[in-house]
Amino acid sequence: MTANGASFGHELEALVGDEAMLLDAGRFDDWLALWDAEARYWVPLAGAAQPDDERGQSLADEDRMLLELRVARLRHPRAHSLRPRVACQHVLQRSRVEHATADAATLVTPFVYVEVQGANELMLAGRARHRLVRLASGWKIREKRVDLLGAERPLPAVQLFV
Amino acid sequence: MEAAARTANGGGRSDAARLVDDDRVHRDAYVDAAVFARELCTFWASTWQYLGHASQVPNAGDVVTVELAGRPLMLVRSSDGTLNVLFNRCAHKGTKLVDDERANVGRHFRCPYHAWTYALDGKPLGVPLREGYEGTRLASCSSGGGLAPIRHVAVHRDFVFVKLGDSGPSFAEYFGDALAALDLLADRSPVGRLEVAGGVLRTMVRCNWKIYLENINDTVHPMATHESAVAAARSVWGDRPEAAEKPMAMEQILPFGAPFEFFDKMGARVYPNGHSVLGTRHSIHSGYGRLPEYEAAMRAVYGEARAAEILEHAPQNAVLYPSLAVKGSPQSIRVIRPLAVDRTLVEAWSFRAVGAPDVLLERTQTYNRLVFSPMSIVAHDDLHLFESIQHGLAAEGNPWVSLHRGHREGEELQRVQDINGTNELLMRNQFRAWARFVALDDEVAP
Repeated sequence: MTANGASFGHELEALVGDEAMLLDAGRFDDWLALWDAEARYWVPLAGAAQPDDERGQSLADEDRMLLELRVARLRHPRAHSLRPRVACQHVLQRSRVEHATADAATLVTPFVYVEVQGANELMLAGRARHRLVRLASGWKIREKRVDLLGAERPLPAVQLFV
Repeated sequence: MEAAARTANGGGRSDAARLVDDDRVHRDAYVDAAVFARELCTFWASTWQYLGHASQVPNAGDVVTVELAGRPLMLVRSSDGTLNVLFNRCAHKGTKLVDDERANVGRHFRCPYHAWTYALDGKPLGVPLREGYEGTRLASCSSGGGLAPIRHVAVHRDFVFVKLGDSGPSFAEYFGDALAALDLLADRSPVGRLEVAGGVLRTMVRCNWKIYLENINDTVHPMATHESAVAAARSVWGDRPEAAEKPMAMEQILPFGAPFEFFDKMGARVYPNGHSVLGTRHSIHSGYGRLPEYEAAMRAVYGEARAAEILEHAPQNAVLYPSLAVKGSPQSIRVIRPLAVDRTLVEAWSFRAVGAPDVLLERTQTYNRLVFSPMSIVAHDDLHLFESIQHGLAAEGNPWVSLHRGHREGEELQRVQDINGTNELLMRNQFRAWARFVALDDEVAP
């Protein structure tokens, strides 16, 4: 398989698709296993307008430790904000491979995210940019940057991972 | 004293004040839309509200727009450097002059509808077809007077406050010594100056504003409410020794698991008109890493005594009732805006203390993100409960919300009163102010 081959692109897109599928299925441990040790899950407050290198504010900016903390909380029996049950659905547009070598790739994926709890429904739209790296164990997510449309508007609690 | 006995004249206004007893509050204060409508005209117009910070409008022509208790307002920097607060409403037909949250309008306002223009202080400059107004009464109508200014504006250490109506006390009388919380925050800067930095996190909460504000002074909820976040943090942090250097996030989240005793002993102070400082002795912010160089610089500027006062002041929250909650370390404020009887906007702002090390801003932004972002796992459990209360109060059988903890018969508000950190006097004090101001005459509506 080469960096230019069609199957290579499919493998990367499949990883992005799996990432969303595992969140929607609530399989958070399997989801965490997709991430590199140097993980960054980043939802900048200014959305797409926020430069990569700017130390601005973020809705979320989490390393591996904080992602593990988040997942540990989701499992906790007294995480009462999750009652009634919270569920999410990612609807992904086809990913565009922005950059790819044999060991690193960047994919951009427009999405719609719906989170439902009881009678409340929250819909967010935006673009996710996955930075993937190939390790001995296979391709992993090093960074997922989520640029929300209208990220700075007042939002209710967004409880799962966009 | 029974609340009912306090109200002499019947009718809508005093009915609202009747909802507050010395040690409990009627649910209608939270859920009744008519009470909310009354509040907007009386309470929110006769008390002083935080509007914004002068650093948001550094240059002439800079404008920020704010919706405050249902009114569209603008904070404007004039060419001579002064700050004006105007209603964001064209004198002609009501169009908003500025739609963006931040803008620079140049040397004057120009309405996009019929091109009426106004100076930065709101004075009328020009209207098209001037001759059409000859012989009309425009000049004697408020429509001819330009943009309506807010008459009661006060600026303290660059924090801009407004009072929408003419009722109620003066700024100094209203806040009194509670303003020291802003001095202590601003003096975290060795040059005594703050700048807003890094964006504002906004959360829409489906609850009455009072539920959110009371919780800012609620020290008994973390153990139950935040159990899941604290347990998760402990499980991830593991058995590292007490002295192990913590990442900033752990340093900030783990203290939420402190026992009741910690919160009780942190101490609190209440002031007239609903204001308070919680954490007069210590708080969950007291244990953040020391910064010897910064502390030395602060001592050099302020002297030993004042520097110690500033640096050791890290309250859980100081409340400048009813719109502002202030911390000192981190340099964070929360702004509370009522939108509807069951809807509240909460904004978390970060400040850079000018001349202080970057790590202070980093702490502030990290704290705001971890604890006040709509994606915060700490806030999720809070917000859920606030919304749960808003629904739960629809229940019949018990119309009262209990604020009995620590209440003593004949409890009176002194000028300043020091109490234990778990005493619900912190909330009773807010409601005594609410009952007073909600009953004042409405002088805002025409």
